[in-house]
Amino acid sequence: MSLLLILLIVLPLAASVLIMLGAAPRVMALSAAFLNLLISVALFARYDLTAGGWQFLSEWKILPKLGINMTLGADGLTLTMLLLASLVTLSAIWIAPKIDKREGVYYVCLLFISAGVIGAFASLDVLFLYSFHELALIPTFIMIGVWGSGDRQAAAWKATIYLGLGSFILLIGLLALYLSIPAVSRTMDLRQLDQMAAAGTFHPSSLIYLILLVGFGSLVSLFPFHSWAPPAYACAPAPTAMMHAGVLKKFGLYGLIRIALPLFPEAMHQFNGLLLLLVIGNILYIGYVTVAQKRLDWTIGYSSVMHMGYIFLGLASLNIIGVNGAMILMFAHGLSVAAAFALCGEIRRRTGTLDYSELGGLAKVTPVLGLLFGFAAMASVGLPGFANFAGEILVFFGATAYGPAMILPVIVGVWGVVISAIYMLRAYRSTFWGPMMARWDSLTDITPTALWSVILLLVPLMIVGFYPQLLVKMVTTAIPR
Amino acid sequence: MNLSTIAWITLFVPLVAAALILFVTRASKPLAAGLVILSALITTIGGWTLFAKSADGIYHGFNWVDFGHALSIPFDLALDPLSRTMLVVVTTISPVVFIYSIGYMKEEVGFARFFAGLALFLFSMLGIVLANNLVMMFIFWELVGVSSYILIGHYYQKASAADAAKQAFLVNRIGDFGFMLGILLFWIATGGPEGGTFTFAAINHPAPIFVQNPALLAVAVVLIFCGTVGKSAQFPLHVWLPNSMEGPTPVSSLLHAATMVAAGVYLLARIFPILSSSPEASEIVAWTGAITALGAGILATQQDDIKGILAYSTISQLGYMVTGAGLAVSAALPMFHLFTHAFFKCLLFLTAGSVILGMHHEQNIWKMGGLKGKMPITFLTYCCGMLALSGCPFFSGHYSKDLIMACSWEHHRGIFWVVVIAAGLTPFYMMRQAMVVFFGKPRSEHSEHAHESPLVMTIPLILLAIPAVVAGYPFFEHTFFHEIGTLSEPEVPAYVPQVFLGVFLAGLALAFFLYRNVEKDPIRIPFLENRFYIDDLYFWIVRVIQGGFAKLCSFTDRWFIDGILVRGSATLVWTVGFALRFLQLGNIQAYALFFGIGVVGLIYMLLHVR
Repeated sequence: MSLLLILLIVLPLAASVLIMLGAAPRVMALSAAFLNLLISVALFARYDLTAGGWQFLSEWKILPKLGINMTLGADGLTLTMLLLASLVTLSAIWIAPKIDKREGVYYVCLLFISAGVIGAFASLDVLFLYSFHELALIPTFIMIGVWGSGDRQAAAWKATIYLGLGSFILLIGLLALYLSIPAVSRTMDLRQLDQMAAAGTFHPSSLIYLILLVGFGSLVSLFPFHSWAPPAYACAPAPTAMMHAGVLKKFGLYGLIRIALPLFPEAMHQFNGLLLLLVIGNILYIGYVTVAQKRLDWTIGYSSVMHMGYIFLGLASLNIIGVNGAMILMFAHGLSVAAAFALCGEIRRRTGTLDYSELGGLAKVTPVLGLLFGFAAMASVGLPGFANFAGEILVFFGATAYGPAMILPVIVGVWGVVISAIYMLRAYRSTFWGPMMARWDSLTDITPTALWSVILLLVPLMIVGFYPQLLVKMVTTAIPR
Repeated sequence: MNLSTIAWITLFVPLVAAALILFVTRASKPLAAGLVILSALITTIGGWTLFAKSADGIYHGFNWVDFGHALSIPFDLALDPLSRTMLVVVTTISPVVFIYSIGYMKEEVGFARFFAGLALFLFSMLGIVLANNLVMMFIFWELVGVSSYILIGHYYQKASAADAAKQAFLVNRIGDFGFMLGILLFWIATGGPEGGTFTFAAINHPAPIFVQNPALLAVAVVLIFCGTVGKSAQFPLHVWLPNSMEGPTPVSSLLHAATMVAAGVYLLARIFPILSSSPEASEIVAWTGAITALGAGILATQQDDIKGILAYSTISQLGYMVTGAGLAVSAALPMFHLFTHAFFKCLLFLTAGSVILGMHHEQNIWKMGGLKGKMPITFLTYCCGMLALSGCPFFSGHYSKDLIMACSWEHHRGIFWVVVIAAGLTPFYMMRQAMVVFFGKPRSEHSEHAHESPLVMTIPLILLAIPAVVAGYPFFEHTFFHEIGTLSEPEVPAYVPQVFLGVFLAGLALAFFLYRNVEKDPIRIPFLENRFYIDDLYFWIVRVIQGGFAKLCSFTDRWFIDGILVRGSATLVWTVGFALRFLQLGNIQAYALFFGIGVVGLIYMLLHVR
């Protein structure tokens, strides 16, 4: 039994307890995040690719009569997501500005989000998968409501109601799934569910798939269940937006990959037309909504909604290439959007505004910030050399392989690359290039702390971008045959 | 050192230089320039060694992505006659322009950033040249796009430069949209996950499906050709190239004249076997090139910016190359013109840069005049470039351009007349430029006091003037092109070469008499000055149609999806929340707590479900 995975969850929680008991919040949070990153990297490196499957297993019996255990385990996809979670957590905590109002609670919230999302990714039991996600969601709302900016109460409420509703639908779906298992063999263990599905002894109704799609989908801002995302990200403190858009939001996709992909192969085929329609909505429609945005934070917020379309397109291609592309994009988008929100927060702290009409030419006074934002923007538009490109091109190859039904979605998807260049280059142009207003003359460039916490996100993006096979071989272990 | 090592070093050494500037030497001017020029000279040695040793073969690097049989994207270098010749062009011109840049950029801000951009460009361009498959070429294709974006936007605080950089990137992306779809179509048509391919070697042997289904082949080729239309600024995606002149002149010279924009033509030469096996696609390619050659030639006659004239001239010459590819005679035909054009157009831009520097950054030719005595080296080298471009006998452009025109006589009479008219415009607009800039009286204070540029700039001019004259001679044609394909002189009636000479002399003479000792342009055609209003049309489309559509989407999202659907369901939840208010728990923390309680409650519920 390997305790490393539970350690990943316990460390942030332990740090939270210590903070509550009076330890220095920032130091504790940073230490826990740093240790977690080390453990995640070690786990990633020590995963045995030739053996494949679930490794680092550990199990605690909770409700044995119901077949509910807290089982932790990891395959290549889990480890990729854990690496993402640890990277973004460290970056988010590191870049967090000085907090005047209840500093301890602020860091505890971040640590809880981290622990929750890591627990969700590492859980093999669906109930724990779900509960850990809820654990991460609650502090997210609190952070938006307490430390947010702008119309934060409204944004927090909207996200709460919306994601609460999504979670509730998801729970109904999961319960229905549980109840559709023959009573003698009821379990929530993913491994056993997979086995039953593979053996053909378990045929859940495809209606459950639709419920799960809506539930998971609203958590990932699948069109048309997306409108909570941009205001929430715009109002959230930068570290919260980084954690949610970068990591927590990926939970919905992760759930679909873990549950829907192996258990509902027929239903996914059957309803693929519907999913593709929503994907087109995500890419084309949301893409143009993004083009119309007049503020940097809203642009990035909508762009993160739009990019979910590519990931869904990869999932909808239902083959190893497309699903692989989707998984790589989950990792890549997580890092790049976190970097974008981090830098967006840095700009907001300096200027107090993110309105394009008031910005412009900032590269003159903040050249390093401008350079970093350029990297984040280029990653986001899928420039080769960043992991995002590798993910997108695999999604396109996978979708093309699906067959003629994909002709329109593929064309829309490839056109989406043009759309994202339209809004991202405009964002860069309007913020950092062109003439600068005199009132920004005294702005200071990025601090070393912020610089390194963003580099922490960009370097993995470039490593994977240069050699995507590194991730391909990892995440392939999680794709059902 | 074996050839494989040399090839890999040649590719990566500029990237190392760029990275060193970014992370180590930072703002240091001499170190930045030194590193980049050193790396460029290493590529020159590497490039020429690989050429001289005929180092043909595939040098395997690693598998960028590998799904075994289903999909594998190898990162390999392909050396063959075509890539070796292109390698020589890129690695020979780049260091010359880099050295020139020391003088040109001496006083400018962002000197180190500029050289890092040049190094990134050189790396990306070499990647295009050495790419072994379409995906890898696409990767480097996008990377030259971004280095072009960085370099055009060098003066990023100028609104016009910032806009031009953005436009260049976006227009290229539109072309790449087709390119990407073309790659996907090739892959799926040749088997997709069952052995689909996109390597150039495989493309040289068209798959059976393309033989059975010529329409599919034509669509695939035309889609890939979209990449060329963007990168090589062919109509209707030509608008970005004239605006890219906002970049520093060495950038215009190297990227936007000699090498990067020629990548589109190189792509056509790369896929030549399939291009030439599809008559429909060839026809589209040839006509696109011919229309571009003529249209850009017409526009060049009414530009007033010294670089603007050269920019339209570049578009026009790229049109010739594309036509040359579309004639489906030989891959060597467009490549030959690419080769000679690279030298003389690079030279012309550098002489223009020398003039601009001498004129204290004045670019309007009507403020110039009488510079031939004040800038003798610039003037003489300019004449070499200008005569080569105009197709004057014994100058390089004459050989390559006339060959394309002669082949079009043989293969496509309609296109022949279009490109011949365009060939008459070339000497006209070049002679106009020469007369106004170098002859006559000075028209401004600056031209009164213009001075010759320093040696670091004039030596590169002299170095480039030599190939601008001789690069078309049979010796070079044989050395660099006989392995790529046959370049035999087509059989044309005796009067055809006389027509070429006739239009050359006519254009030259007309401009000479029209623009001798004039103060302002005797011809003013607003329709041409305004670039056929194409830019305005595109601006209107972007602003009104795209902008309107985006606003409509945004409106729907705000008032319909969010307003009715979400608020509607929110009202539902609110009713539930009403109960919470009675419990005085209407704040977020409490609501959040309910999630926790809910989870516990559900576990409890589960206990009772048997």
